[in-house]
Amino acid sequence: MLATRALSLVGKRAISTSVCVRGGHGVAKVESYTLPAYFDRPENPLPDICYVQNLSPEQKSLKEKEKGSWAALSNDEKISLYRISFHQSFAEMNQKSSEWKSVVGGMLFMIGFTGLAVLWQRKYVYGPVPHTFDPEWKAKELQRMLDMRINVVEGFSSHWDYEKKEWKK
Amino acid sequence: FQNFASRLSCIIVCFPAPLASRCYSHGKVETDEEFDSRWVTYFSKPDIDAWELRKGMNTLIGYDLVPEPKILDSALKACRRLDDLASAIRILEAVKEKAGPHKDIYPYLIQELQPTLTELGISTPEELGIDR
Repeated sequence: MLATRALSLVGKRAISTSVCVRGGHGVAKVESYTLPAYFDRPENPLPDICYVQNLSPEQKSLKEKEKGSWAALSNDEKISLYRISFHQSFAEMNQKSSEWKSVVGGMLFMIGFTGLAVLWQRKYVYGPVPHTFDPEWKAKELQRMLDMRINVVEGFSSHWDYEKKEWKK
Repeated sequence: FQNFASRLSCIIVCFPAPLASRCYSHGKVETDEEFDSRWVTYFSKPDIDAWELRKGMNTLIGYDLVPEPKILDSALKACRRLDDLASAIRILEAVKEKAGPHKDIYPYLIQELQPTLTELGISTPEELGIDR
């Protein structure tokens, strides 16, 4: 535990170097998903680890130069140092994308496809509607409703002119 | 710079009265000055380690305020002690983001921090061209 605490000063993936030997089974394999991860978030400006974990020799020498005066570094060197530690700058991580267009397009396409599927179903899957939907039957239903004076005050039958035997204009 | 979102522009000169950052009815309210000095002290620790810098900075960015120049000054000097230029530039980017729609805060911060930036040789994101 003390070793891990001392190693944590390095600020890199120190946990992986702590050894846990139990019951004679040896060292458990440390899965990468259990270790601190790098992610670019505006709310978390300094992630737990540097973006580039394995430095090339040029990067290593640049890191050594970083220990000296920063004014001696050129702009390119400063940008390189930034890119070692971080993947995207704030401007890059905040960029808008056009993904919403694909999403809306996909949505409309699926709705359209569903419409086609429903139409096909109506034609090929469902049987005929009941005979009570025939125009003649419907006409008889309408006549029956008018005879019963359904909603004669303000509703249905109020629109029928019983003297002239037609709908009121 | 606390509760900045509720103010209009041109508030650089006058600072708002201390407003409660916690909703205790009985507890003591920390003043702005106490808050600032607490954070300046945190980053001024001579043997601050990288974890503490990251933790402090991420926590500070989590608050609903733009940190005072003196806190950032202390944080940048901590970066220098840790030989971490990238984090120093990242801090400047982060506070610009924190200012949000109030575009006059960041230039003020840079103006106040200019002596430290020149002394330590930290370039702003604008100078490096990574602000696009």
